Amino acid sequence: MPRYQVNSAASQGLWTCHGCGLLCRVGKTQADRASCCPRCGAGLHRRKPHSLQYAWAFLLAAIVCYIPANLMPIMLTEMLSGTQRDTIMSGVAYLWRNGSWPLALVVFIASVLVPLLKILSMLLLLLTVHWRSRWAPRQRTRLYRLLEVVGPWSMLDIYVVGLLVALVQLQSLATIKAGPGAVAFGAVVVLTMLSAMHFDPRLIWDVFEDDDERQASAAND
Amino acid sequence: MSQNIRQPATGTRLLACHECDLLQSAPPQTEQGALCCRCGCQLLPGPAYRPTTSLALVLAGLLVFVLANVFPVVGLEANGVKTATTLLGTAWQLSQQQIEPVALLVLLTGVLTPGLELLCLLYLLLPLALGHAPPGFARVMRLVRVLHPWGMVEVFLLGVLVSLVKLAHMAEVHPGIGLWSFFALIILLAGNASRFDPGLLWERYLACRATR
Repeated sequence: MPRYQVNSAASQGLWTCHGCGLLCRVGKTQADRASCCPRCGAGLHRRKPHSLQYAWAFLLAAIVCYIPANLMPIMLTEMLSGTQRDTIMSGVAYLWRNGSWPLALVVFIASVLVPLLKILSMLLLLLTVHWRSRWAPRQRTRLYRLLEVVGPWSMLDIYVVGLLVALVQLQSLATIKAGPGAVAFGAVVVLTMLSAMHFDPRLIWDVFEDDDERQASAAND
Repeated sequence: MSQNIRQPATGTRLLACHECDLLQSAPPQTEQGALCCRCGCQLLPGPAYRPTTSLALVLAGLLVFVLANVFPVVGLEANGVKTATTLLGTAWQLSQQQIEPVALLVLLTGVLTPGLELLCLLYLLLPLALGHAPPGFARVMRLVRVLHPWGMVEVFLLGVLVSLVKLAHMAEVHPGIGLWSFFALIILLAGNASRFDPGLLWERYLACRATR
């Protein structure tokens, strides 16, 4: 089991302000009381307050929305020949059949793969923190960093639907409407982003410190 | 285990990683940026633009932002019927179809958030470049931090490209001035974000307030 040097700012009584990033010294007697950042006046917290509760709540909501997002049509095309209902996957399939496979790949990655991997990665992060796992903290921190970067990209399909709706409105040939799946899909994007924002990656590392402190106190007894 | 930890020499700047909370002292040359030695997270950004350069980028960004939202992004021509749309028009059409949540999402992530972020940066940088401390600095800095992840202009551009290909077979598609403006806007926003250094701005703000 790898051992990491334990030297967190929190163990030294130094908290990072969530508002401006200033490293603030928090006295031992003050530690339990609410205090304010001397520079920007924001409340000081050792870790993001209620980080896991919020992250879990948003993630579970996202998982619930993920099902209608994929099953319900996000785009309804009304033509003379009838109404065509497009889900996200059928949109990808349509692009693939029409020979624009690089684009099909982009849409598939952005709107199917990224939301799914985002949900699974958040599950992994939250569960490992819950189980106080010491497994691969660097890689998990990197995964979290990746999650924050790819977050907005799954919004792609919402923009595509919006543009098609606005452009093909006046055509006599066809009318395009956004379907109920678009609402669910937008909710998935927003909820997974909120979940990642509320997660505090420092919790991944806290377990090393806590364990070492427990061992030290056990040795002293 | 605090007795095991050596206090760094006085005068060195302490940094706490905001992703793993490791306490470390800043390297002597911080101009090249600094990475956390445990998790690899960026602790200090690279060379920050001087406020005047940042200000120029923000002003250019605002100008291009207006162009991008006024001129149509993409136009469509079929059977003699022409349509064109802007990002705002997209949001409006979606709201016309009683899909307000999606319309609101497009409006917020495509127009309001990037616009508000640029205005906030202007509010912060313009007085600082002139040597004044803007009132409510802390609140606006916090607002920029909250807004930043929700600006999705670059995702919108990819969305335009996907729509262009989807529509290309059914009608003649004309990219508009708005599209090129969005390209420019993304480059300006990215340039701004990569060199945005809250620590530096705070230092300058405190210096401006002290000399007032």
